[in-house]
Amino acid sequence: MKKDQLKKWLEALETAWVGVVTHKLRSSLTILGIVIGVAAVITLMSVGEGAKAQIISNIEKMGSNLVIIRPGSFTFGGVRGGVSETLTMEDAEAISKQVPYISAVASSYSSSLQLVVGGENMNSQVTGVTAEYMQINNMKVASGASFSEEDYQRGAKVAVLGANVAETLFGNTSPIGQQVRMGTIIVHVIGVLESKGTRFNSPDDAVYIPLAAMQQAVAQPRTPQGGRVVSSVSLTVSDQSQTQNVIDDITSLLRTRHKLAASADNDFNIMSTEEIASTLSETMGTLTLLLGAIASISLLVGGIGVMNIMLVSVLERTREIGIRKALGARERDIWIQFLIEAAFLTFAGGIIGVVLGWVIAYLVSSMGLMTTVVTADIVILAVSVSIGIGLFFGFYPAWNASRLNPIEALRAE
Amino acid sequence: MIRLQDIAKVYPMGERELTVLRGVNLNIEKGELVAIMGPSGSGKTTLLNLIGCLDKPTSGSYHLEGREVSRLSSDELSQVRARKIGFVFQTFNLLPRLSALANVELGMRYAGGSDPKRALKALAKVGLSDRANHRPTELSGGEQQRVAIARALVKNPPLLLADEPTGNLDSHSGEEIISVLTSLHAERGITLLMITHDANIAHHCQRIIHLKDGEVVSEETV
Repeated sequence: MKKDQLKKWLEALETAWVGVVTHKLRSSLTILGIVIGVAAVITLMSVGEGAKAQIISNIEKMGSNLVIIRPGSFTFGGVRGGVSETLTMEDAEAISKQVPYISAVASSYSSSLQLVVGGENMNSQVTGVTAEYMQINNMKVASGASFSEEDYQRGAKVAVLGANVAETLFGNTSPIGQQVRMGTIIVHVIGVLESKGTRFNSPDDAVYIPLAAMQQAVAQPRTPQGGRVVSSVSLTVSDQSQTQNVIDDITSLLRTRHKLAASADNDFNIMSTEEIASTLSETMGTLTLLLGAIASISLLVGGIGVMNIMLVSVLERTREIGIRKALGARERDIWIQFLIEAAFLTFAGGIIGVVLGWVIAYLVSSMGLMTTVVTADIVILAVSVSIGIGLFFGFYPAWNASRLNPIEALRAE
Repeated sequence: MIRLQDIAKVYPMGERELTVLRGVNLNIEKGELVAIMGPSGSGKTTLLNLIGCLDKPTSGSYHLEGREVSRLSSDELSQVRARKIGFVFQTFNLLPRLSALANVELGMRYAGGSDPKRALKALAKVGLSDRANHRPTELSGGEQQRVAIARALVKNPPLLLADEPTGNLDSHSGEEIISVLTSLHAERGITLLMITHDANIAHHCQRIIHLKDGEVVSEETV
């Protein structure tokens, strides 16, 4: 019985194959519609996946388990207004002492300063940092050295340059040991950071010096209570599963320290890389789906092409259907035959489309236009959607065929 | 084998109705060789289609091998055709894209499955084993009709129906086809019904049924 079933399916497949092969041009044009649709889905979705992968890797470059606290409240769709001077070094110390699951805390104070080297000058964000800031924020030097413990304690006038800053100020010559004037002080360059390649708020465009040195270049403001104002506090969570607890603890600690009323908004803002990564990857996932949906329109058009061809094919083979019915084919036998033929066309189109889409994605990636990532999900989705389209758009023509009256079908030319 | 009682077939033609068969009563025994004759429009083909379970009568009853088949669903009729009935058409009705052998195999396809060996044997039976891989267009009319006979007989049906099997053939090929059919009938004891215009052919049969205006007007035993 099982063998009979298998044989029946094989015969149906063979019939479908003969149907496809005997109309080579027509079949290839039909398949082409599906090929283009599937290739478009694969390519566009791989672009979306690629963008997602790139953003996640950029965030990971910021340092994992990283939590950053900035002053001011975050307002969606608006700019953080003015200079908020609510976060202090004392806050950082309190966090370090009172909140568990924190392995390191560092503060920074940033200011925009004019940098001068010989004839070159440029404006840059200069950030004074405390010990451990460089490790917490995952900043590694590409050449030279980072700050020593002593540099922090003495407030040594030494600087580590972002990759772009070094390039602008010194071109191809090595900046190590060179002098840079910034505001009222002169610093020695001791290192250049690895380029992160990120675009927003990138360390590539910044200059780092010990906070104690920074205090000599610009006056570090104080709050009315006498706290020393900082631009950011960054810290490493020792146990990633505790990230949310750490954020909650810091929030309540800072609210208490800043004496905020229960109804008042936070006057600071806490972000974790984990949170940013998950938000962004969710957003990019939506973007990928959107791109896929747009590309699916071409797949839909291809599906309508399949339906068109199948209707013509049924019409053209009316007599064949009549003969088959006279020989004892049931309605089911006929519609399975045409359904398999439609699914066969779209499946073949799906496979070719996957290969084509993959090649295009690879070319786009290797030409450096965009990062593309083809995942197994995308391939499975594209192929199953294409077969689904074959079944969906093949159903009506196949049903039409199965309902033909054998006598009338036999009379057809 | 075949028992028709008061069979009528009426086609609705817009407002009016077209009565093609009016009260046909007919008994055909197992193993008979019967010719159906009559002018065009007399209802011969409609009668054959009803007997062949390709169509259902408007009224009356039809017993095939003792089973009432006039009220079966279209799929049930398909199964009756698949197991019991072989057709030979005036226009051969072979599938042009398939080889002679594949066409013969198609005869078994819906009756339990193909078997190339049996198909080849059936082709040999009609003297075409050397043409197995030829397509219909590469065969003469007589050869095509012999392929069609092989296709009808490959599943060993008890009943064979032929609608003017020699209508599209020259007289020489026609005689060949008739001798193939009559010898098959003689060898296998198959029940064979044949529509024909040709009195010579009809006289190869055991019984001739004359139809006119949808009624059996006379029967003669040869």
